[in-house]
Amino acid sequence: MHRHYRLIQRCLPGLLLLGLLAVGACAGPFPQTTLHPKSDLGFAIDHLFTGIFAWATAVFVVVEGLLVYALIRFRAKPGAPVPHPTHGHTALEITWTLAPVLILVMVAVPTIRTIFATQAPAPAGSLKVEVIGHQWWWEYRYPDLGVVTANELHIPVGKTIALDMTSNDVIHSFWIPAIAAKRDVVPGHVNHIVFKADTLGEYMGQCAEFCGDSHANMRLRAFVETDSAFNAWVANQKQPPVDPKPNTIQATGKDDFAHGACIACHTIQGVSAGMIGPNLTHLASRTTIAGATFPDDSIDLIQWVNHAPSRKPGAVMMDMNLPQANLQAIVAYLMSLK
Amino acid sequence: MTEPTGLKSWITTVDHKRIGKLYFWTAFCFFLVGGIEALLIRSQLAQPNGHIVDARTYNELFTMHGTTMIFLALMPLSVAFFNFIVPLQIGARDVAFPRLNAFSYWVFLLGGIFMNLSWFVGPLFHAGRMSVAPNGGWFGYANLTERQYSIGPNIDFWLLGLQILGVSSLAGGFNFVITILNLRAPGMKMMRLPVFTWMTLVTSFLLITAFPVITVALAFLMFDRFFGTHFYELSGGGDPVLWQHLFWIFGHPEVYILILPAMGAVSEILPTFSRKPLFGYTVVVYSGILIAFMGWGVWSHHMFSVGLGPIADAVFSSTTMLIAIPTGVKIFNWIATLWGGQIRFDTPLLFAVGFIAMFIIGGLSGVTHASPPADLQQTDTYYVVAHIHYVLFGGTVFGLFAGMYYWWPKMTGRLLSETLGKTHFWLMLIGMNLAFFPMHFIGLLGMPRRVYTYSPDLGVSDLNLVSTIGAFLIAVSMLIFIWNIIRTRTKGKIAGDNPWQGATLEWATSSPPAVYNFAQIPTVHSRLPLWNEPESVAQRAPSGHIHVPDGSWWPLVAASGLPLLATSLISGQLWLAFVAAAVLLVGIFKWGFEPFEV
Amino acid sequence: MSHAAATHAAEGHHTSMGLDSRKMAFWAFIGSECLLFATLISTYLIYSHRSLQGPYPQDILNIPFTSFSTFDLLMSSLWMVLALAAVQRNDMKWAKVWLMGTVIGGLIFLLGQVWEFSHFVEHGLTLQRNLFGTTFFVLTGTHGAHVFVGVLWLFTLWVRAMQGKLTSKNAMTVEITGLYWHFVDVIWIIIFTVVYLIQPVYHG
Repeated sequence: MHRHYRLIQRCLPGLLLLGLLAVGACAGPFPQTTLHPKSDLGFAIDHLFTGIFAWATAVFVVVEGLLVYALIRFRAKPGAPVPHPTHGHTALEITWTLAPVLILVMVAVPTIRTIFATQAPAPAGSLKVEVIGHQWWWEYRYPDLGVVTANELHIPVGKTIALDMTSNDVIHSFWIPAIAAKRDVVPGHVNHIVFKADTLGEYMGQCAEFCGDSHANMRLRAFVETDSAFNAWVANQKQPPVDPKPNTIQATGKDDFAHGACIACHTIQGVSAGMIGPNLTHLASRTTIAGATFPDDSIDLIQWVNHAPSRKPGAVMMDMNLPQANLQAIVAYLMSLK
Repeated sequence: MTEPTGLKSWITTVDHKRIGKLYFWTAFCFFLVGGIEALLIRSQLAQPNGHIVDARTYNELFTMHGTTMIFLALMPLSVAFFNFIVPLQIGARDVAFPRLNAFSYWVFLLGGIFMNLSWFVGPLFHAGRMSVAPNGGWFGYANLTERQYSIGPNIDFWLLGLQILGVSSLAGGFNFVITILNLRAPGMKMMRLPVFTWMTLVTSFLLITAFPVITVALAFLMFDRFFGTHFYELSGGGDPVLWQHLFWIFGHPEVYILILPAMGAVSEILPTFSRKPLFGYTVVVYSGILIAFMGWGVWSHHMFSVGLGPIADAVFSSTTMLIAIPTGVKIFNWIATLWGGQIRFDTPLLFAVGFIAMFIIGGLSGVTHASPPADLQQTDTYYVVAHIHYVLFGGTVFGLFAGMYYWWPKMTGRLLSETLGKTHFWLMLIGMNLAFFPMHFIGLLGMPRRVYTYSPDLGVSDLNLVSTIGAFLIAVSMLIFIWNIIRTRTKGKIAGDNPWQGATLEWATSSPPAVYNFAQIPTVHSRLPLWNEPESVAQRAPSGHIHVPDGSWWPLVAASGLPLLATSLISGQLWLAFVAAAVLLVGIFKWGFEPFEV
Repeated sequence: MSHAAATHAAEGHHTSMGLDSRKMAFWAFIGSECLLFATLISTYLIYSHRSLQGPYPQDILNIPFTSFSTFDLLMSSLWMVLALAAVQRNDMKWAKVWLMGTVIGGLIFLLGQVWEFSHFVEHGLTLQRNLFGTTFFVLTGTHGAHVFVGVLWLFTLWVRAMQGKLTSKNAMTVEITGLYWHFVDVIWIIIFTVVYLIQPVYHG
């Protein structure tokens, strides 16, 4: 015992430090947390989880407590006789079989209620958004509004959103912890999430099903905005792309773009019709690029356009290796596409 | 009788005790390999945007960590104990099919080597890098694993390696089912079997029924990748979700294959160190059987985010919650075993109690997973990584270490050092909790699993660092264990037949047992022969010659046909397939017709 | 297959269940194989309406022909029963006849499948063509591979009988061979019923 005490003494500072680190880790902010829901769906799930967690904690305390108590109370004492050989006790067996059953019923009933409530079909009047997963970015289409965009989802607050989701290649998983929970997107299937966000803000999310080299880089943003802000966004997205003034670097960039390899994969309305990569018509209206992984600014775009695979392993977009002049021009053009 | 020594005697051995040791050392080495893979993973994740390994290497690391730990470490470590201990516990001289037993081992070794060769043979496949190790996750979801999205040989190494290992598991399963049912000593009725032997029986039944399912699932993937079929591919009318169903129909029984042997070991150790019988023996045995049956009905709880629909979700949620009941009942019976006892805190007991404490946590997080809506926030995040490591590390690994410390004296004749053992235990317990407890939070705070890096914006950087420190602490504890093993070889206390005063038949033999196990096959009249009837099972010197079977080369020869066959497919060399088939046929025929007496 | 009167269980050496260990092991193996074929048959059924293009079962399966090969396989189980009975009464002359009869029965079945499959391929049904082709060939091919292994095994026993090395002492080995052969036959009955007799109808 003495030896162990000394060992513990020496380790204590280290353990305290680790404990502090762990507690300090609780400071936040946590933009992708599941624990602060901001939608009806998120709240229903959180409510259910809190209840189950409370039962789990209670069981933990009781059972671990009994274990620790038994270990302390029944330590071997020198010279003590061989203990009475108890082989079992039927009433006890029945009790500790029925008690978990009862607790599980308390967990199962709200669970099943919540399953059906959260998987009900979308009510009439919901805003439909189609979500299509790609390696390694998200495509969004608003069929009733005629909008196509990528990686950043804009939705109005307080309105029911109906996501119809599928994948273009492998299985991904669409996850916005605060507002939409998670659902896999499976090629050949259409999955649904129905939710209503209740708080304005910018929410982070990420693909949650291993989907290849850059699974870690398949991120997303969701913007929950007022009706007027959302309508303004929609109106802007429906506009044709900004046409650069003649003899500007942006005009040169547009020209380079239209005659370059870019058109094979990207759509800029009226300029190109590629379907493999994200729609770039209003690229500069977004805050991030490349699967919401990098900020949408010139520096990142320059690196991305010329050397995508080095920034995002396995990127389908290969190194463009454009000469500097073309690169600057194209990026200037892209940054003008608000 | 002197036992033969030398390399040939080990290569041709059909003795369950030697095969048990071969399994142990091979599995332990793979455990260390899997551990190093884990340390590399944790090093990469210690900070956001880490640069320890690149994305492709990371994806190979987490795939191989899972695959190695499950198929090359934990399962074979359990089999090591099935091999060494079960025949002793039932009063037999060996297993029912000694050469099949050897075959199982060689197939395991060769399968593990085959799969791990992939780390080094990239240049042979013009991969542009050294490694073409499996990289689709240990669960290999289609359609990512189809040729179109996984171009190189990585997935081929995975699926072929697993097929080879499946043969080993199946063969072992058949062997132990028959051994336990048919080779028991007189008086050893089924309800007198030690719980470890019972759990071995149940696990063996699970092995022989679950592995055919994954065999077919992998065969479908092989057909898709090599022969242009569309089992899991949309373009041909197939559905990637079929893979998930087939994989998890295997996969859930598989997790019970992983936990039941450890539960069996714990069920032996608690009575020995409490000096009273297992509380509720019948209930504990039936719970194990019930868990095995019910384990077939829960598979889609791994698929709650796939969109199976509310009815399927509700059904599988209910069956999953139901299976918590026999599991909980076992835990209560274990605590009741300790209750009223005279508990000796030797290292085996510490690990057994650690098992219970950690498994409770893992089991409870499992209950939170059982609720599909809640699971939608947990699945595919670090929360479930926490769950699986509490049940597999806190559960299986602790249980197996408990078994190691408990049965080491029986297998080697020497006791492992208690001081080093206790140090190992405490370091491993603290390390484990530091490594995995934060993962509950990391997951709920929004970090998905299987990501080679994460954004500093998530706010989980510090927790990840704590987790990494815990992982390295586990590694330190393992070094202490290794030192313990090395030191014990020469300096360990001589154990004697029954150093722990255990109750079951293995403790009637010498430590280590004679090559024939029992000079006189005992007749038993109780569940606890060494406590209730020690004189009648005591072993005297043998009166005459006791026949033990000769060794055989043919299990190894036959086994080597399998990796040859796999290599022929992965390299596209048809002639090699014919050579492999010939090796297999020759091995099997010679095996079948050599004179061999059990 | 072990010729050493080897396993003491075969000579009435005591076993806990009173059964020969090898026979028990073989039943366990058959149980395992049931799971294997159940998975293959389930996949066939799950995918039975999902082929994107023909040929479909109703276009191509030849019930009369396959009924004949089914009958042949059933009959071969009868020859197997007779072979076992002959070995048990140490009548090696008839044992050789019936063993070879079983081999021939198996070969006729296999040759029939070869003919049938090449006929299908000629008419456009290949392994890759559609899900029907895929699931059909994998299922029946796996079964056929099992028949092939059985034929090899039976032929080996026949050769040993011809060499005078098979006697009534090996009755257990022959019994286990029979178990395997009957199992393969039963699986075929199920496949024949599910694939050939109960065909999904494709519309349009």
